[in-house]
Amino acid sequence: MSASKASAAPTAANWDEFIEGLWRQNPTFVMVLGMCPTLAVSVSAVNALSMGLATTFVLVCSCGLVSMLRRMVPKQVRIATYIVIIATFVTVVDYLIQAISLALYEALGAFIQLIVVNCIILGRAEAHASRRPPAPAMLNAFGMGLGFTLGLFALGSVREILGAGSLFGVSLFGPDFQPWVVMVLPPGGFFVLGGWLLLFAWLRRRGAHAVAGGEHVHGA
Amino acid sequence: MAPESALQILAATILANNFVLAMFLGLCPFLGVSGRLETAFPMGLATTFVMLIASLCAYGLNLVLGALHLEFLRLISYIAVIASAVQLVEMVIKKYSPALFRALGIYLPLITTNCAVLGVALFQTAREYDFVQSIAFSFGGGAGFTLALVLMGGLRERLALANVPAVVQGVPLALILAGLLSLAFMGFAGLGG
Repeated sequence: MSASKASAAPTAANWDEFIEGLWRQNPTFVMVLGMCPTLAVSVSAVNALSMGLATTFVLVCSCGLVSMLRRMVPKQVRIATYIVIIATFVTVVDYLIQAISLALYEALGAFIQLIVVNCIILGRAEAHASRRPPAPAMLNAFGMGLGFTLGLFALGSVREILGAGSLFGVSLFGPDFQPWVVMVLPPGGFFVLGGWLLLFAWLRRRGAHAVAGGEHVHGA
Repeated sequence: MAPESALQILAATILANNFVLAMFLGLCPFLGVSGRLETAFPMGLATTFVMLIASLCAYGLNLVLGALHLEFLRLISYIAVIASAVQLVEMVIKKYSPALFRALGIYLPLITTNCAVLGVALFQTAREYDFVQSIAFSFGGGAGFTLALVLMGGLRERLALANVPAVVQGVPLALILAGLLSLAFMGFAGLGG
């Protein structure tokens, strides 16, 4: 729904805006923002993906609107204005998901409405969209949203594979697999996210070592 | 609809369904402010206070919106009320304890975007709690949040002195610690129904 708006002109600068959120400033793994929905709904890959897409939709729409209104909103009331804009789009998404799939709506529960208080959205609106014209702001928001979806999916798929032995509801290991139930329970969320962050920290250190030690590379 | 007594709700929200460790609400301040005990406790108290106010206001608002058939405005009005309550708390703390105000820093206005506060309002609406149940729910939620924050603060103060590998330092360590705490809190499952 937002891809058509984002593909304004694929120049190098635009590409950079887009990739920033997707990888370099990934909201989940680099900035560690929006943790509550990340951990709460990443029980299965489907839940994680739909939550990510819902957040992306709100992010792109509200960043677009904030950017269009950036000259009209007085500085003192800007945060309140942003929150009302975000809350409006979240209400739209809330009713949309309810209309598309009631089962999904029940699974995500109050966390759809809690998108309002996702720090990623307010942070992007305040730090980025309020100073840019609509096209780059929305492109950047789209990248951020996809980055968030990627993070959620990374978490959700690991938790579903280990905790239920399946991916997207398709059984992977056959009937003999003993699921690690703890992975779909709350502690699993913390452990899996901690594990991913550990992996990225280790990779970054290894990269730093490789640069420092020239060609003589060995695992840190 | 909900037959639980206020006491049951209180016990369940503090321990078994702890807001931070079992329901994943309010993780940003949990990871951000829990570095030291002396900021963790006041932060918990401030959040509890805001949660109580938010819960009371949400209960009243819900009656009004229900009577006028304006349910689609629920989210927007809740968040507006919470933002004003946070502003109030901020002014009070600034007046009576400037030192604490500086220590809490950016995390104080960020209570507005604390999912625990909006979560209280949304969950009590979804579960159709009555007035007493709502108060018990928000108070228990706040107490549970404070408990988790204080526990984490104490642990992280000790950890600051420990010698851990450089890779785990920071957020990964905090998350794994939170996972262990959450595992421990699962032992309370079933308490209070």
